[in-house]
Amino acid sequence: MTVKEQCENVKRMSGTDVRKCMKCGKCSGRCPAFHEMDIKPHQFVSLLAQGRIEELLKSEAIWSCLSCMACVERCPRAVAPAAVIEAVRDTVIRAQGANGMKAEDIPPMVDELIPQQLLMSAYRKYNK
Amino acid sequence: MKICYYPGCTLKTKSQALDQTARLAALALGVEMEEIENWQCCGAVYPMARDEIATKLSAVRALDYAKHNGGRLLTLCSACHNVIKRTNEDMRSDGEICSRANNYLQLEESYRGETEVLHYLEMLKTVVGFDNIAQKVVKPLNRKVGAYYGCLLLRPSGVMAFDNPENPTIIEDFIRALGGTPVIYPFRNECCGAYVGLKNPDLPKKQSERILRSAKEKGAEEVITACPLCLYNLNEKGSGILPVKYFTELLAEALGVKS
Repeated sequence: MTVKEQCENVKRMSGTDVRKCMKCGKCSGRCPAFHEMDIKPHQFVSLLAQGRIEELLKSEAIWSCLSCMACVERCPRAVAPAAVIEAVRDTVIRAQGANGMKAEDIPPMVDELIPQQLLMSAYRKYNK
Repeated sequence: MKICYYPGCTLKTKSQALDQTARLAALALGVEMEEIENWQCCGAVYPMARDEIATKLSAVRALDYAKHNGGRLLTLCSACHNVIKRTNEDMRSDGEICSRANNYLQLEESYRGETEVLHYLEMLKTVVGFDNIAQKVVKPLNRKVGAYYGCLLLRPSGVMAFDNPENPTIIEDFIRALGGTPVIYPFRNECCGAYVGLKNPDLPKKQSERILRSAKEKGAEEVITACPLCLYNLNEKGSGILPVKYFTELLAEALGVKS
Protein backbone atom coordinates (compact mmCIF):
# COMPACT_ATOMS: atom_id res chain seq x y z
CA MET A 1 0.00 0.00 0.00
CA THR A 2 1.32 3.48 -0.87
CA VAL A 3 1.58 6.19 1.78
CA LYS A 4 -1.36 8.01 0.22
CA GLU A 5 -3.51 4.89 0.27
CA GLN A 6 -2.56 4.22 3.87
CA CYS A 7 -3.56 7.78 4.79
CA GLU A 8 -6.92 7.50 3.09
CA ASN A 9 -7.52 4.16 4.76
CA VAL A 10 -6.81 5.54 8.25
CA LYS A 11 -9.06 8.53 7.58
CA ARG A 12 -11.85 6.22 6.45
CA MET A 13 -11.44 3.90 9.45
CA SER A 14 -11.45 6.81 11.90
CA GLY A 15 -14.65 8.25 10.44
CA THR A 16 -13.46 11.72 11.41
CA ASP A 17 -12.65 14.74 9.24
CA VAL A 18 -9.19 15.89 10.30
CA ARG A 19 -9.46 19.01 8.11
CA LYS A 20 -11.98 20.47 10.55
CA CYS A 21 -9.30 20.80 13.27
CA MET A 22 -8.63 24.44 14.23
CA LYS A 23 -5.53 23.56 16.27
CA CYS A 24 -6.78 24.80 19.63
CA GLY A 25 -5.05 21.95 21.48
CA LYS A 26 -7.89 21.25 23.89
CA CYS A 27 -7.69 17.53 23.11
CA SER A 28 -4.08 17.27 24.27
CA GLY A 29 -4.73 19.64 27.17
CA ARG A 30 -7.36 17.27 28.53
CA CYS A 31 -5.56 13.98 27.79
CA PRO A 32 -4.70 11.98 30.97
CA ALA A 33 -1.96 10.13 29.06
CA PHE A 34 -0.38 13.29 27.59
CA HIS A 35 2.94 12.83 29.39
CA GLU A 36 3.22 9.23 28.21
CA MET A 37 2.89 10.14 24.55
CA ASP A 38 5.69 10.80 22.06
CA ILE A 39 3.13 12.15 19.58
CA LYS A 40 0.26 14.03 21.26
CA PRO A 41 -3.45 13.71 20.35
CA HIS A 42 -3.57 17.05 18.46
CA GLN A 43 -0.48 16.01 16.53
CA PHE A 44 -2.15 12.77 15.41
CA VAL A 45 -4.86 14.87 13.81
CA SER A 46 -2.43 17.36 12.30
CA LEU A 47 0.08 14.77 10.97
CA LEU A 48 -2.70 12.73 9.37
CA ALA A 49 -4.06 15.88 7.70
CA GLN A 50 -0.55 16.49 6.32
CA GLY A 51 -0.27 12.91 5.05
CA ARG A 52 2.60 12.07 7.41
CA ILE A 53 1.29 8.61 8.22
CA GLU A 54 4.71 6.93 8.45
CA GLU A 55 5.54 8.95 11.57
CA LEU A 56 2.23 7.99 13.16
CA LEU A 57 2.70 4.29 12.43
CA LYS A 58 6.01 4.38 14.36
CA SER A 59 4.50 6.19 17.36
CA GLU A 60 4.64 4.66 20.84
CA ALA A 61 1.61 6.75 21.85
CA ILE A 62 -0.78 4.25 20.26
CA TRP A 63 -0.13 1.99 23.27
CA SER A 64 -0.92 4.74 25.82
CA CYS A 65 -4.28 6.06 24.63
CA LEU A 66 -6.93 5.15 27.23
CA SER A 67 -9.92 5.55 24.88
CA CYS A 68 -11.40 7.68 27.66
CA MET A 69 -12.97 9.98 25.05
CA ALA A 70 -11.98 13.13 26.95
CA CYS A 71 -10.38 14.53 23.76
CA VAL A 72 -13.51 13.77 21.75
CA GLU A 73 -15.69 15.41 24.38
CA ARG A 74 -13.67 18.63 24.50
CA CYS A 75 -13.20 19.15 20.77
CA PRO A 76 -15.15 22.24 19.67
CA ARG A 77 -15.01 21.07 16.04
CA ALA A 78 -16.32 17.51 16.43
CA VAL A 79 -13.00 15.94 15.45
CA ALA A 80 -12.27 12.64 17.21
CA PRO A 81 -8.54 12.36 17.98
CA ALA A 82 -9.13 9.06 19.85
CA ALA A 83 -10.63 7.55 16.70
CA VAL A 84 -7.56 8.63 14.70
CA ILE A 85 -5.24 7.04 17.27
CA GLU A 86 -7.30 3.83 17.23
CA ALA A 87 -7.30 3.72 13.42
CA VAL A 88 -3.49 4.06 13.42
CA ARG A 89 -3.12 1.34 16.08
CA ASP A 90 -5.47 -0.98 14.19
CA THR A 91 -3.46 -0.39 11.02
CA VAL A 92 -0.29 -1.37 12.88
CA ILE A 93 -1.64 -4.49 14.58
CA ARG A 94 -3.60 -5.82 11.61
CA ALA A 95 -0.26 -6.54 9.90
CA GLN A 96 1.00 -10.10 10.25
CA GLY A 97 2.94 -10.62 13.50
CA ALA A 98 2.53 -7.03 14.74
CA ASN A 99 0.16 -7.55 17.66
CA GLY A 100 0.96 -5.43 20.69
CA MET A 101 -0.16 -8.19 23.03
CA LYS A 102 -0.15 -11.93 22.48
CA ALA A 103 -2.24 -14.56 24.25
CA GLU A 104 0.88 -16.00 25.89
CA ASP A 105 1.74 -12.57 27.37
CA ILE A 106 -1.38 -12.63 29.53
CA PRO A 107 -1.01 -15.43 32.15
CA PRO A 108 1.97 -13.82 33.93
CA MET A 109 -0.02 -10.57 34.27
CA VAL A 110 -3.02 -12.16 35.95
CA ASP A 111 -3.46 -11.72 39.68
CA GLU A 112 -6.26 -13.05 41.84
CA LEU A 113 -8.43 -9.95 41.58
CA ILE A 114 -7.90 -8.88 37.98
CA PRO A 115 -11.31 -8.47 36.29
CA GLN A 116 -12.04 -10.22 32.99
CA GLN A 117 -13.02 -6.82 31.69
CA LEU A 118 -9.41 -5.64 31.97
CA LEU A 119 -7.97 -8.63 30.11
CA MET A 120 -10.64 -8.45 27.43
CA SER A 121 -10.22 -4.69 26.95
CA ALA A 122 -6.45 -4.90 26.59
CA TYR A 123 -6.60 -7.88 24.27
CA ARG A 124 -9.19 -6.23 22.05
CA LYS A 125 -7.18 -3.01 21.92
CA TYR A 126 -3.76 -4.56 21.33
CA ASN A 127 -4.48 -7.73 19.37
CA LYS A 128 -6.17 -8.45 16.05
CA MET B 1 -42.05 -5.44 36.45
CA LYS B 2 -39.60 -7.54 34.43
CA ILE B 3 -36.79 -6.13 32.35
CA CYS B 4 -34.21 -7.84 30.10
CA TYR B 5 -30.79 -7.76 31.73
CA TYR B 6 -27.32 -8.16 30.23
CA PRO B 7 -24.84 -9.06 33.03
CA GLY B 8 -21.57 -9.44 31.09
CA CYS B 9 -18.56 -11.65 31.83
CA THR B 10 -17.01 -9.85 34.79
CA LEU B 11 -20.24 -9.76 36.80
CA LYS B 12 -20.38 -13.55 36.60
CA THR B 13 -16.87 -13.96 37.95
CA LYS B 14 -14.75 -11.33 39.73
CA SER B 15 -17.54 -8.81 40.28
CA GLN B 16 -20.36 -10.98 41.57
CA ALA B 17 -20.97 -8.44 44.33
CA LEU B 18 -22.09 -5.90 41.73
CA ASP B 19 -24.52 -8.35 40.09
CA GLN B 20 -25.93 -9.84 43.28
CA THR B 21 -26.50 -6.63 45.22
CA ALA B 22 -28.10 -5.08 42.12
CA ARG B 23 -30.55 -7.97 41.76
CA LEU B 24 -31.47 -7.96 45.45
CA ALA B 25 -32.01 -4.22 45.51
CA ALA B 26 -34.01 -4.24 42.28
CA LEU B 27 -36.36 -6.90 43.68
CA ALA B 28 -36.89 -4.79 46.79
CA LEU B 29 -37.83 -1.94 44.45
CA GLY B 30 -40.25 -4.05 42.41
CA VAL B 31 -38.01 -4.72 39.39
CA GLU B 32 -37.12 -8.24 38.31
CA MET B 33 -33.95 -8.39 36.24
CA GLU B 34 -34.42 -11.18 33.73
CA GLU B 35 -31.08 -12.35 32.40
CA ILE B 36 -31.20 -12.70 28.63
CA GLU B 37 -30.55 -16.12 27.08
CA ASN B 38 -27.20 -17.07 25.59
CA TRP B 39 -25.59 -13.66 26.00
CA GLN B 40 -21.99 -13.36 24.84
CA CYS B 41 -19.20 -11.09 26.10
CA CYS B 42 -19.64 -7.60 24.65
CA GLY B 43 -15.90 -7.29 23.99
CA ALA B 44 -15.39 -4.79 26.84
CA VAL B 45 -14.31 -1.95 24.55
CA TYR B 46 -16.25 -0.29 21.75
CA PRO B 47 -14.36 -0.79 18.47
CA MET B 48 -14.02 2.69 17.02
CA ALA B 49 -12.76 1.77 13.54
CA ARG B 50 -15.69 2.00 11.15
CA ASP B 51 -14.73 -1.22 9.39
CA GLU B 52 -14.91 -3.28 12.61
CA ILE B 53 -18.14 -5.25 12.31
CA ALA B 54 -17.60 -8.74 13.73
CA THR B 55 -16.50 -7.30 17.09
CA LYS B 56 -19.87 -5.54 17.44
CA LEU B 57 -22.08 -8.52 16.72
CA SER B 58 -22.44 -9.89 20.25
CA ALA B 59 -23.88 -6.53 21.33
CA VAL B 60 -26.28 -6.58 18.37
CA ARG B 61 -27.44 -10.10 19.27
CA ALA B 62 -28.26 -9.00 22.82
CA LEU B 63 -30.03 -5.89 21.53
CA ASP B 64 -32.08 -7.93 19.08
CA TYR B 65 -33.11 -10.36 21.82
CA ALA B 66 -34.28 -7.45 23.98
CA LYS B 67 -36.15 -5.94 21.02
CA HIS B 68 -38.39 -9.03 20.97
CA ASN B 69 -38.65 -9.26 24.77
CA GLY B 70 -39.97 -5.98 26.04
CA GLY B 71 -37.91 -3.51 24.00
CA ARG B 72 -35.53 -2.49 26.78
CA LEU B 73 -32.11 -3.82 27.74
CA LEU B 74 -30.79 -3.17 31.22
CA THR B 75 -27.02 -2.95 31.71
CA LEU B 76 -25.00 -2.64 34.90
CA CYS B 77 -21.29 -2.83 34.10
CA SER B 78 -20.13 0.53 32.71
CA ALA B 79 -18.11 -1.15 29.95
CA CYS B 80 -21.01 -3.30 28.72
CA HIS B 81 -23.23 -0.24 28.82
CA ASN B 82 -20.77 1.81 26.77
CA VAL B 83 -20.23 -0.90 24.14
CA ILE B 84 -23.91 -1.83 23.80
CA LYS B 85 -25.20 1.73 23.73
CA ARG B 86 -22.64 2.92 21.16
CA THR B 87 -23.23 -0.16 18.99
CA ASN B 88 -26.95 0.49 19.20
CA GLU B 89 -26.38 4.02 17.95
CA ASP B 90 -24.37 2.65 15.00
CA MET B 91 -27.23 0.30 14.16
CA ARG B 92 -29.70 3.17 14.36
CA SER B 93 -27.84 5.88 12.50
CA ASP B 94 -25.02 4.36 10.42
CA GLY B 95 -26.53 2.65 7.38
CA GLU B 96 -23.30 1.00 6.31
CA ILE B 97 -22.52 -0.60 9.70
CA CYS B 98 -26.18 -1.58 10.08
CA SER B 99 -26.41 -3.35 6.74
CA ARG B 100 -23.06 -5.12 7.15
CA ALA B 101 -23.96 -6.33 10.65
CA ASN B 102 -27.33 -7.55 9.45
CA ASN B 103 -25.64 -9.35 6.55
CA TYR B 104 -23.61 -11.30 9.08
CA LEU B 105 -26.45 -12.08 11.44
CA GLN B 106 -29.23 -12.94 8.97
CA LEU B 107 -31.94 -12.31 11.55
CA GLU B 108 -35.54 -12.99 10.63
CA GLU B 109 -36.11 -9.25 10.76
CA SER B 110 -33.20 -6.80 10.44
CA TYR B 111 -32.13 -5.04 13.63
CA ARG B 112 -32.04 -1.25 13.27
CA GLY B 113 -31.39 0.06 16.76
CA GLU B 114 -34.95 -0.23 18.04
CA THR B 115 -34.06 -1.34 21.59
CA GLU B 116 -33.72 1.18 24.42
CA VAL B 117 -30.49 0.64 26.36
CA LEU B 118 -30.91 1.54 30.00
CA HIS B 119 -28.16 1.58 32.62
CA TYR B 120 -29.17 0.44 36.12
CA LEU B 121 -28.67 3.99 37.43
CA GLU B 122 -30.95 5.34 34.71
CA MET B 123 -33.48 2.67 35.64
CA LEU B 124 -33.34 3.81 39.29
CA LYS B 125 -33.84 7.41 38.26
CA THR B 126 -36.46 7.13 35.52
CA VAL B 127 -38.32 3.86 36.15
CA VAL B 128 -38.27 3.62 39.97
CA GLY B 129 -37.59 7.24 40.88
CA PHE B 130 -35.13 8.49 43.51
CA ASP B 131 -38.03 9.77 45.64
CA ASN B 132 -39.50 6.25 45.83
CA ILE B 133 -36.09 4.81 46.71
CA ALA B 134 -35.68 7.37 49.51
CA GLN B 135 -38.97 6.21 51.01
CA LYS B 136 -37.76 2.60 51.08
CA VAL B 137 -34.45 3.32 52.80
CA VAL B 138 -34.33 1.57 56.18
CA LYS B 139 -30.68 2.21 56.98
CA PRO B 140 -29.60 5.69 55.80
CA LEU B 141 -25.93 5.92 54.83
CA ASN B 142 -25.19 8.92 57.07
CA ARG B 143 -21.70 9.36 55.66
CA LYS B 144 -19.83 11.30 53.00
CA VAL B 145 -19.57 9.44 49.72
CA GLY B 146 -17.71 10.44 46.55
CA ALA B 147 -19.27 9.39 43.24
CA TYR B 148 -16.71 8.17 40.75
CA TYR B 149 -18.13 8.32 37.23
CA GLY B 150 -15.01 7.58 35.21
CA CYS B 151 -15.34 7.65 31.43
CA LEU B 152 -17.57 4.91 30.17
CA LEU B 153 -20.94 6.08 31.50
CA LEU B 154 -20.47 9.66 30.35
CA ARG B 155 -18.49 9.76 27.12
CA PRO B 156 -18.99 10.33 24.30
CA SER B 157 -21.92 12.31 25.67
CA GLY B 158 -23.58 12.78 22.28
CA VAL B 159 -24.23 9.04 22.17
CA MET B 160 -24.31 8.06 25.84
CA ALA B 161 -26.73 10.88 26.80
CA PHE B 162 -26.27 9.74 30.39
CA ASP B 163 -25.66 13.03 32.15
CA ASN B 164 -23.76 16.28 31.77
CA PRO B 165 -20.26 14.94 30.91
CA GLU B 166 -18.43 17.74 32.75
CA ASN B 167 -20.72 18.15 35.74
CA PRO B 168 -22.81 15.00 36.24
CA THR B 169 -25.31 14.75 39.09
CA ILE B 170 -27.08 11.37 38.85
CA ILE B 171 -24.86 9.47 41.31
CA GLU B 172 -24.91 12.42 43.73
CA ASP B 173 -28.73 12.36 43.60
CA PHE B 174 -28.56 8.60 44.20
CA ILE B 175 -26.34 9.07 47.28
CA ARG B 176 -28.72 11.73 48.61
CA ALA B 177 -31.69 9.38 48.15
CA LEU B 178 -29.88 6.81 50.31
CA GLY B 179 -29.39 9.29 53.13
CA GLY B 180 -25.73 9.95 52.41
CA THR B 181 -23.91 13.20 51.72
CA PRO B 182 -22.43 13.40 48.22
CA VAL B 183 -18.95 14.87 47.90
CA ILE B 184 -18.13 16.75 44.70
CA TYR B 185 -14.46 16.49 43.76
CA PRO B 186 -12.58 17.54 40.63
CA PHE B 187 -11.42 14.15 39.34
CA ARG B 188 -14.70 12.27 39.47
CA ASN B 189 -14.98 12.04 35.67
CA GLU B 190 -11.25 11.44 35.05
CA CYS B 191 -10.06 8.11 33.58
CA CYS B 192 -8.66 5.57 36.10
CA GLY B 193 -5.99 4.36 33.67
CA ALA B 194 -8.16 1.56 32.26
CA TYR B 195 -6.56 -1.31 30.34
CA VAL B 196 -3.31 0.55 29.72
CA GLY B 197 -2.10 -0.86 33.05
CA LEU B 198 -1.12 -4.07 31.27
CA LYS B 199 1.27 -2.06 29.09
CA ASN B 200 2.22 0.69 31.51
CA PRO B 201 1.43 -0.06 35.19
CA ASP B 202 2.49 3.45 36.29
CA LEU B 203 -0.41 5.16 34.53
CA PRO B 204 -3.31 3.54 36.49
CA LYS B 205 -1.33 4.06 39.68
CA LYS B 206 -0.84 7.75 38.99
CA GLN B 207 -4.45 8.24 37.89
CA SER B 208 -5.99 6.22 40.74
CA GLU B 209 -3.95 8.05 43.38
CA ARG B 210 -4.92 11.44 41.91
CA ILE B 211 -8.59 10.51 41.85
CA LEU B 212 -8.72 9.14 45.39
CA ARG B 213 -6.58 11.95 46.82
CA SER B 214 -8.91 14.46 45.20
CA ALA B 215 -11.97 12.75 46.74
CA LYS B 216 -10.32 12.53 50.16
CA GLU B 217 -9.27 16.20 50.15
CA LYS B 218 -12.91 17.15 49.60
CA GLY B 219 -13.98 15.06 52.58
CA ALA B 220 -15.17 11.76 51.08
CA GLU B 221 -15.01 8.73 53.37
CA GLU B 222 -15.51 6.27 50.55
CA VAL B 223 -15.93 6.22 46.79
CA ILE B 224 -18.47 4.35 44.66
CA THR B 225 -18.34 3.20 41.05
CA ALA B 226 -20.32 1.13 38.52
CA CYS B 227 -17.24 -0.23 36.74
CA PRO B 228 -15.30 -3.40 37.70
CA LEU B 229 -12.13 -2.14 36.03
CA CYS B 230 -12.30 1.23 37.81
CA LEU B 231 -12.88 -0.60 41.10
CA TYR B 232 -9.86 -2.80 40.48
CA ASN B 233 -7.56 0.07 39.52
CA LEU B 234 -8.70 2.34 42.34
CA ASN B 235 -8.53 -0.37 45.00
CA GLU B 236 -5.38 -2.14 43.85
CA LYS B 237 -3.36 0.78 42.41
CA GLY B 238 -4.73 3.64 44.49
CA SER B 239 -2.52 3.02 47.56
CA GLY B 240 -5.55 2.47 49.80
CA ILE B 241 -6.24 6.21 50.07
CA LEU B 242 -10.00 5.52 50.31
CA PRO B 243 -12.14 2.37 50.16
CA VAL B 244 -13.98 1.88 46.86
CA LYS B 245 -17.24 -0.04 46.51
CA TYR B 246 -19.90 -0.71 43.91
CA PHE B 247 -22.81 1.73 44.08
CA THR B 248 -25.19 -1.23 44.34
CA GLU B 249 -23.54 -2.36 47.57
CA LEU B 250 -24.58 0.91 49.19
CA LEU B 251 -28.05 0.62 47.68
CA ALA B 252 -28.52 -2.90 49.08
CA GLU B 253 -27.15 -1.72 52.43
CA ALA B 254 -29.53 1.24 52.65
CA LEU B 255 -32.52 -0.86 51.59
CA GLY B 256 -31.60 -3.47 54.20
CA VAL B 257 -31.34 -6.32 51.67
CA LYS B 258 -27.60 -6.95 51.71
CA SER B 259 -26.90 -10.65 52.14
